[in-house]
Amino acid sequence: MIHRRHAAGLTVGRTLAHKVWDEHVVRRAEGEPDLLYVDLHLVHEVTSPQAFDGLRLAGRPVRRADLTLATADHNITTVLDRPVADPLSARQVEALTRNCAEFGIQLYPMGDARQGIVHVIGPQLGLSQPGMVIVCGDSHTSTHGALGAIAFGIGTSDVEHVLATQTISRTRPGTLAVTIDGAAPADVSAKDIILGVIARIGTGGGTGHILEYRGDAIRALSMAGRMTVCNMSIEAGARAGMIAPDDVTFAYLEGRPYAPTGADWERALDQWRALPTDGDATFDREVRIDARDLRPYVTWGTNPAQAVGIDGRVPDPDALDGEAARESARRALAYMDLQPGTAMRDIPVDSVFLGSCTNGRIEDLRAAADVLRGKRVRPGLRALAVPGSMGVKALAEAEGLDRVFRDAGFEWRSSGCSMCLGMNDDVAAPGERVASTSNRNFEGRQGPGARTHLVSPAVAAATAIAGHLASPADLGR
Amino acid sequence: MRAVRAVTGRALPLDRRDVDTDQIIPSDWLKRIERTGYGAGLFAAWCADPGFVLNDPRFAGATVLVAGANFGCGSSREHAAWALDDRGFRAVVAPSFADIFRSNCLAVGLVLAELPAADVARILAAVAADPLIELTVDVDRRSVAVPALGYHAPFAIDDSSRARLLAGRDEIDLTLAHAPAIAAYESQRAAWLPRVAGTGRASGSSPRSRPSAS
Ligand code: SF4
Repeated sequence: MIHRRHAAGLTVGRTLAHKVWDEHVVRRAEGEPDLLYVDLHLVHEVTSPQAFDGLRLAGRPVRRADLTLATADHNITTVLDRPVADPLSARQVEALTRNCAEFGIQLYPMGDARQGIVHVIGPQLGLSQPGMVIVCGDSHTSTHGALGAIAFGIGTSDVEHVLATQTISRTRPGTLAVTIDGAAPADVSAKDIILGVIARIGTGGGTGHILEYRGDAIRALSMAGRMTVCNMSIEAGARAGMIAPDDVTFAYLEGRPYAPTGADWERALDQWRALPTDGDATFDREVRIDARDLRPYVTWGTNPAQAVGIDGRVPDPDALDGEAARESARRALAYMDLQPGTAMRDIPVDSVFLGSCTNGRIEDLRAAADVLRGKRVRPGLRALAVPGSMGVKALAEAEGLDRVFRDAGFEWRSSGCSMCLGMNDDVAAPGERVASTSNRNFEGRQGPGARTHLVSPAVAAATAIAGHLASPADLGR
Repeated sequence: MRAVRAVTGRALPLDRRDVDTDQIIPSDWLKRIERTGYGAGLFAAWCADPGFVLNDPRFAGATVLVAGANFGCGSSREHAAWALDDRGFRAVVAPSFADIFRSNCLAVGLVLAELPAADVARILAAVAADPLIELTVDVDRRSVAVPALGYHAPFAIDDSSRARLLAGRDEIDLTLAHAPAIAAYESQRAAWLPRVAGTGRASGSSPRSRPSAS
């Protein structure tokens, strides 16, 4: 079933994305979007209350609670002996608890050992698997594409639609191959790869398309690295991002709580091995990047495409192509309070945030801890380490990483979205400059007036020590 | 959702590209559990600047937002569409829109019209110069008209989106009409696919006990 047979008896290869897509079509009709079956629906507190209200109003049940999992992550506190301080946030978290109880949906609430950022716990539990269609009322659902699933974010009306029907209506997307050839330099992390991709194709470069990341530099990544790459597909405007499953994927999944076992595991493997894009398949568009051209990246602006290498300088807006890009850069520099020509390394920061669904996995914490071991955070600088899930936190503590972070002067927190979007008490103050391992440097993202520089975990750690944007190599200088 | 055939009204010129949904409705507003009342949060951070166009009384009552490319990028929050709608906007004209924002607007009945960047620039300039200029975004005829400029151009909208806007149909009802197809699909799904421990009680039934933490 790898090939679709043409009327003439010829076969034509298909891409990973279209194989998974076609496998999930419940109904296809001329002039209408496809109705797709959803294998896994992840739910969190922020984008679901109005959807549950809608169900109640119409008297509709949840069609497949057994394919639905909820967790509280966005506006919970990451200091567990503190209650959720904001009454509005507390009310929203309570609404999720009530709704899940009423509709019979499994919930991992704040404090639960299985709780975590929704995009961290899906893969960690082995729930996110190759070949699935996964949705969530959250744009970074693209993360789960790292396992070879089609995973995308939806709005609240669609959350209600999926709860009621277990399907979603979408037009078949285009496909865009993003091939990273060769081996990336040793100091280039998965975060740097994706920041490099977005800087090249732009914030709207993936619109209407599913990106498939390919090539040696992608194959060489761990599952955590692949999730970091797919996570930020949305920052290039893509409908989703995917990586073909391979032995790295299968080794990651085997033995996880929801992974198939025994004869089922063998059956699943047979299907998963048939998923990668066929040799004779064609993509609607292709982008090739030489991995050797990639550097550790740092953003200077207010969208994730506004990035340069850590060795670079703040660009001169007047030197950019196109009036819209120039105007956007001017606005960004005014907001970021930066001057053209400033070396990125000369930019001092007030805070460092290590965490989020982009870089809150154990591998990310290890990478940062490797840089921090035996060193101290610059006096006066605030540094937060927020594990992506309670499972990641427990693992890190078993490895003694919490001690490394605390000894270096980091605050060691429980899991949640935290300062990635500043909906809880972890908010940056107006004008505060943050080196952040999260995914969005939008105006006000980490708090009204806050200034965000997106970086990798290793650069975040080095920056915390140096007090200015820095790579680990700079620390010995 | 509300049915809409055409939107005619004055415009708000927002000459910025990559306007993300964090700007359209800041995350502070996402703590609410209601579906209405987001209008006051529309562009809340930008509104702190007295010179921001939404504060300009000359544009009060505008129903069509005209903006730069990649409008609505970023977070999937449907609250962005709700905020625009609550504030009285019924259509947005831009060179391009982000995909999730597009789906959300369709669910709300907010009309999106993509026009060539040069045309949008021309309309932005004209509206900024004369706030009384009216635009018509016609879903039925798939066209945008600015009579004061002698401008009339088609915009692309697929048949299904157009039909949904014109009829104001509830998409869940439409899909549930295909319940037999959904059930047929479910019957042939592989048995090894993962299932969570939810019980799926119908709305109104008694709450089941919370899963224990382990
Ligand atoms: S960590 Fe940030 S980007 Fe990820 S789900 Fe939470 S708020 Fe969204």
